[in-house]
Amino acid sequence: MTATILPTRRPDGFSARPRGRRGSPLTPWLFLTPYLVLFTVFVIVPVVFGMWISLHAWDFTLPRRPFVGFDNYAKLFDPSSSTFEPFWASMRATGIFTVLSVPPLLIIPLAIALIMRANFPGRNLFRAIYFAPYVLGVAVVAVLWRYLLDNNIGLVNYYLGQLGLPDDIAWTTSTPGAWVALVWVTVWWTLGFNAVIYLAALQDIPAELYEAAKVDGASAWSQFIHVTLPGLRPILSFIAVITLIASANMFGQSYLMTQGAPGRETRTAIYQITETGLRGFRMGDASAMSFVLTFVLVILSAIVFIAFRQKREERA
Amino acid sequence: MTQTQSTARRRLFSIAAGTATAALVLAGCGTSGDLDVGGEFTGTYDGPDIELDYWNGFTGGDGPFMQEMVDRFNEEHDNITVVSNTIPWGDFYQALPAALTAGEGPDVAVMHLDQLASFAARQLLLPLDDLTDQLGLSADDFTEEVWSAAEYDGARYGIPLDVHSLAMYYNTEHFEAAGIDEVPTDAESFRAALDALQEAGYDTPFWMPSRWPSHLMNLTLQWQFGGSPYGDAGEEAQFDSEAGLEALAWQRSIIEDGYSPADVAIDTQYVAFKNGETSITWDGIWQINDLEASGLPYAAAPVPTIGDSPAVWANSHNFVIPTQRTSDENSVNAARVFVAWMSEQSGTWAGSGMIPARDSVRSSGVLDDTTQGAIAEQIESMRFLPPVPGIGAVQAETLEIAVADGVLGTRTPDAAMTEATRSANQLLEENRATFGE
Repeated sequence: MTATILPTRRPDGFSARPRGRRGSPLTPWLFLTPYLVLFTVFVIVPVVFGMWISLHAWDFTLPRRPFVGFDNYAKLFDPSSSTFEPFWASMRATGIFTVLSVPPLLIIPLAIALIMRANFPGRNLFRAIYFAPYVLGVAVVAVLWRYLLDNNIGLVNYYLGQLGLPDDIAWTTSTPGAWVALVWVTVWWTLGFNAVIYLAALQDIPAELYEAAKVDGASAWSQFIHVTLPGLRPILSFIAVITLIASANMFGQSYLMTQGAPGRETRTAIYQITETGLRGFRMGDASAMSFVLTFVLVILSAIVFIAFRQKREERA
Repeated sequence: MTQTQSTARRRLFSIAAGTATAALVLAGCGTSGDLDVGGEFTGTYDGPDIELDYWNGFTGGDGPFMQEMVDRFNEEHDNITVVSNTIPWGDFYQALPAALTAGEGPDVAVMHLDQLASFAARQLLLPLDDLTDQLGLSADDFTEEVWSAAEYDGARYGIPLDVHSLAMYYNTEHFEAAGIDEVPTDAESFRAALDALQEAGYDTPFWMPSRWPSHLMNLTLQWQFGGSPYGDAGEEAQFDSEAGLEALAWQRSIIEDGYSPADVAIDTQYVAFKNGETSITWDGIWQINDLEASGLPYAAAPVPTIGDSPAVWANSHNFVIPTQRTSDENSVNAARVFVAWMSEQSGTWAGSGMIPARDSVRSSGVLDDTTQGAIAEQIESMRFLPPVPGIGAVQAETLEIAVADGVLGTRTPDAAMTEATRSANQLLEENRATFGE
């Protein structure tokens, strides 16, 4: 797998191919055009336009949208401004959620994929059950759990009480209870997706490797450490990055379940950007916030890539 | 790793793009249309057949009533067909400006009094002064605050349909069991009622919500304690005044004194009231039809005067005619006919649980034997937010959060209100710059 995704590069930027090119040099570009058009219209143009908006005091309903230069960005770094506190509090919330949700979203789906790989009766039903929540929309998931988790009228605390466990934790209005609830709901909702990707990768690991390991007398744990994990390494970095980005973009769960409660503590960055831009009509501030968030995410993703790359080089 | 990298990069771009795309779609469409469409209004519409888009947010027990009234209007008018589009209020105020600037907005709409100034300042509404002349509507038929808050910059933008306030709902069975004969009207009798209810076995008789409608309760209490949350004309937030702190401290004391469980999440207190788990709740009169349908033994009374003088938070639904590029004389005139007809029928609207805005309609007997009749008598003590552009968004970002923190006990009333006041004033200041006052 590693070999196939590292194409040999020539100085002219095209992959080295032994056979000569047939047809017009434009052919690849023509095949790419449909995607490039969409990419330009829905990604490049909005990004550039968003950058432009972030340099203005931009209320789209008003004819006057004065140019303010980098003021919107400067405000984000000026503790006395109106956007500093809400924005960085929301970045903190995003950080907390990401740190708490990424590890379980990497580990639990792996465990489930390992179980689902085994042969046992009812396996397909089992797979379907774990994947099922993923097909639900965030609104369904969040409203469902918001009522189940309600500390005064919800079923979760009721059953905890029946089991003799503490039944007075405010899952939606206090921290750390709210974080536990948000992470739990997110894991319950999305673990099926990661599990399916893991499962596909697991099925790609050649059975011969396990056989060879068994012949060498490796225990189940050694097989996992020395065969399964290395086999998963390429896909692991992919899952790590998409999970990281998905967690950093969390919005619906806290918007619908906690409304950012208590206070603003569980209000994430995307939540704050939405409130500022679409409810407060302060598009300039909101755009500046999204660029700062994007910048932070680019850095984080780069760190994840570098971490995984180094590991591979160590192995090599 | 090239594949993975490019996937990730694509995802990263799309994040930035998400916000920006929305902005692009919304902003690419220019600003509102010509404000002078419509011309002289004659009171009737005899143009070609026309279809009017009518937006409102009546998603509760009030919705079916509005639809009935629209159906009747359509029956009575051969050449006008009104098509309703009901959007929850929360989304309504987000969607309407976007739709209007894109030229996809409605021909006529209903919005709250405290939103009128924001929309008028954005030049999204058509002045309706000629319509009030035509209808013979004048200030003396309306409560002063309702009438004047629909004006912005010397022009009238809304025709008030109703007023609606907070009310105190109570479970009549619980009151009977606790031996409460007189509905509490002040701080003392309210506490006495709570104590009596507790003694009768209702351990938590008054659940204090942390979010909606908690900030409406807080505003009510601030006014009762003599405060002026936004100054006299909405020029300055004063949540941290003595009245503001007292209001929040009283809300918190309900929890600390054991009348309410802690950490009551949004909507929970209302669900609990409907289930008979709590005996009293303060909520809007728009809940009346929902409570009727639930079969709960309940009654409604004015919110007791906890502070020094009676006051209660209120709001009003107003008809507006938005401006947009597609507006022509026909649609505007047909919309005026619709608004005029609706205003004249506001007595029927009382069936939705609301209180008609016009004195003449209120005194005509439409409120006799209605649940909200008792609350309508309190109309003189109803208080409205000042007509300041952008005040709704300011409040959502400041007072609502401070009240939530104070009620949950995560911050002291003083700390919460001081911070909220500071940022509210900052936002009000920025709004003044935005709207060019």
